[in-house]
Amino acid sequence: MLDSSHNVIKIAAKNVQVWYGDTHAIKDVSVELEDRTVTAFIGPSGCGKSTFLRCLNRMNDTIEICRIEGDIHLDGQDIYDRRVDPVQLRARVGMVFQKPNPFPKSIYDNVAYGPRIHGLARTRAELDDIVEQALRQAALWGEVKDRLQAPGTGLSGGQQQRLCIARAIATQPEVLLMDEPCSALDPIATGQVEELISGLAKDFSVVIVTHSMQQAARVSQKTAFFHLGNLVEYGETGTIFTNPVDKRTESYITGRIG
Amino acid sequence: MTQKTSLIEPDARTRRRNAAEKRFRAYGAVAIAIGLGFLVILLTTIIVNGRGAFQQTFLSVPVYLDPAKLDKKGDRNPEDIAKVSTFGYGPLIQAALLEQVRGLNIDTPLTDAKDMKALISASAAAEVRDVVMADASLIGRTVTFNLLASSRVDGYLKDRVSRVGVERDKNIDAVHLDLVDKLRDAGVVARSFNLSFITGADASESRPEQAGMGVAILGSLAMMAVVLVLSLPIGVAASIYLEEFAPKNRWTDLIEVNISNLAAVPSIVFGILGLAAFIQFAHLPQSAPLVGGLVLTLMTLPTIIISTRASLKSVPPSIRDAALGVGASKMQAVFHHVLPLAMPGILTGTIIGLAQALGETAPLLLIGMVGYVATNYPDGIGSAFLDPNSAMPAQIFEWAKRADPAYYERAWGGIIILLVVLLSVNLIAILLRRRFERRW
Repeated sequence: MLDSSHNVIKIAAKNVQVWYGDTHAIKDVSVELEDRTVTAFIGPSGCGKSTFLRCLNRMNDTIEICRIEGDIHLDGQDIYDRRVDPVQLRARVGMVFQKPNPFPKSIYDNVAYGPRIHGLARTRAELDDIVEQALRQAALWGEVKDRLQAPGTGLSGGQQQRLCIARAIATQPEVLLMDEPCSALDPIATGQVEELISGLAKDFSVVIVTHSMQQAARVSQKTAFFHLGNLVEYGETGTIFTNPVDKRTESYITGRIG
Repeated sequence: MTQKTSLIEPDARTRRRNAAEKRFRAYGAVAIAIGLGFLVILLTTIIVNGRGAFQQTFLSVPVYLDPAKLDKKGDRNPEDIAKVSTFGYGPLIQAALLEQVRGLNIDTPLTDAKDMKALISASAAAEVRDVVMADASLIGRTVTFNLLASSRVDGYLKDRVSRVGVERDKNIDAVHLDLVDKLRDAGVVARSFNLSFITGADASESRPEQAGMGVAILGSLAMMAVVLVLSLPIGVAASIYLEEFAPKNRWTDLIEVNISNLAAVPSIVFGILGLAAFIQFAHLPQSAPLVGGLVLTLMTLPTIIISTRASLKSVPPSIRDAALGVGASKMQAVFHHVLPLAMPGILTGTIIGLAQALGETAPLLLIGMVGYVATNYPDGIGSAFLDPNSAMPAQIFEWAKRADPAYYERAWGGIIILLVVLLSVNLIAILLRRRFERRW
């Protein structure tokens, strides 16, 4: 069942170039990301993996000096087409950030915010359902079900990050982008979030940027290695880690660059 | 082998460093002490000088309301009673006081009713007349009134008027003061709390005992209402646009520089601008709180815009990212998340701007809100904004420049009221902040 859905291309990027002012941050990246798959972006700091991730839901639009060329297609549609409303796009391509950033509101309101603004629930009961589902999927329900009206900012770091994940999946996106979601978490919380990511891949395609190669190896099926703005190598995670084609990938994985 | 330094005995370097730190702390403590010292001096001076304005001297006089003078026809027709002006009441009051002096067997060379005039405020006749007009059945009876004493008598009891000083005073003589001493012993002359200083209207130069801040307070409140209603929405909208939506280019930079400069423009410049634009060009009424409010709005806007932009800037960008990340539009991100978090800062800026505007006098000079204008209460909402009025600081300025020293005391008293109003505004700001403040 899982295997049959593999190889369906969810996001296809072709010849993507990104400039920040005069800095050429992404150089001619072409990649095809599969549906219901966890894809990891790895690479040394400043290699452009986060920048590329932010291109996928047009979060870079908010940076004034950022300029993007090339094509990125979601289900065959160009997301940089003039007629595309980035707000609508972001409802389908959700994002979880490096630092947990819950709204300074209650846990319930944090999760309910997306469904509310997108009108996903017609009644209070439906909204309650969506919130519960999202929190269950984010493996947070058991810990917070008795204090949904408590402030989301009062949770621990790991819980906050899972709350942010719940908030992202409550809008029922098709793709979930995660920008180093575990970098601010301790090992236990990291383990919980990783477990969660594996579970999420049943419903979404997940793209995760990570600094930890072990994490990439643990959670992803596909891995892309970025270096100095280039996509150096992209393939099955197992292949990348055991039998990389490119010298630079090998150097990075064995710890000689990075 | 190097000798190990002791941890118990600090070395020379550490001693110097510690001494420097101690000196620095001492400077700080001295600076705060100087500041507090000035504050104490300021507050005591204001309270000592202004306290007197809240106390006023009254004469308790039983006045026989003579029907022969007040209602010659004897039919208690209100129209006929209204024909008797305050000039008809003055002699009655003076005669009543003289009668009382005689009744108390007070020894005084003053034997004529007219001699009593110096003791009684010129406003007393109007006070009695108002009572009679309200209730004509009092005519023919003897009613005890608590009448305002003249400002000289009041000043004598407050040690402002001395026997040496009255030698050159045409209004009052030493014999009057002797009489006042005796009347005070008899309980006829007494000081009590003067509510009408807070609620009353301004009076003419010759009746300082009657002057009050009430109408000027209403003028200030009307102006503040105009300022709040105009500058808060305009200022916040402008800030949100500039901070969140406007492209960052040369034009917005230019606008930003100009707004910062506007905050530093002397307020009198806004006054003359208001005179030219609102009164001479737009033909709005002179001396009206509406125009005052418009001028103060111009002055307050830069303050509000600058502080609102600062508080919008201080909202962490991660909150905007979070909102955009779940598919909120820019406007939703701003109104649902950024603005509520910036609210305490916006409120603080607004209150600071309002407090500045509340204490502003210079621009009001140019639109005619300073001077003897605050004589009557406004009739209603429209009149509160459109009829000539003054404002608290303008009233204080006006009193301070009048010749009679009794007005000097009023000016200090006015400052106490102004400070109390300012403190209450600040208190409201603090309470609002508490309400809006959220923890991260």
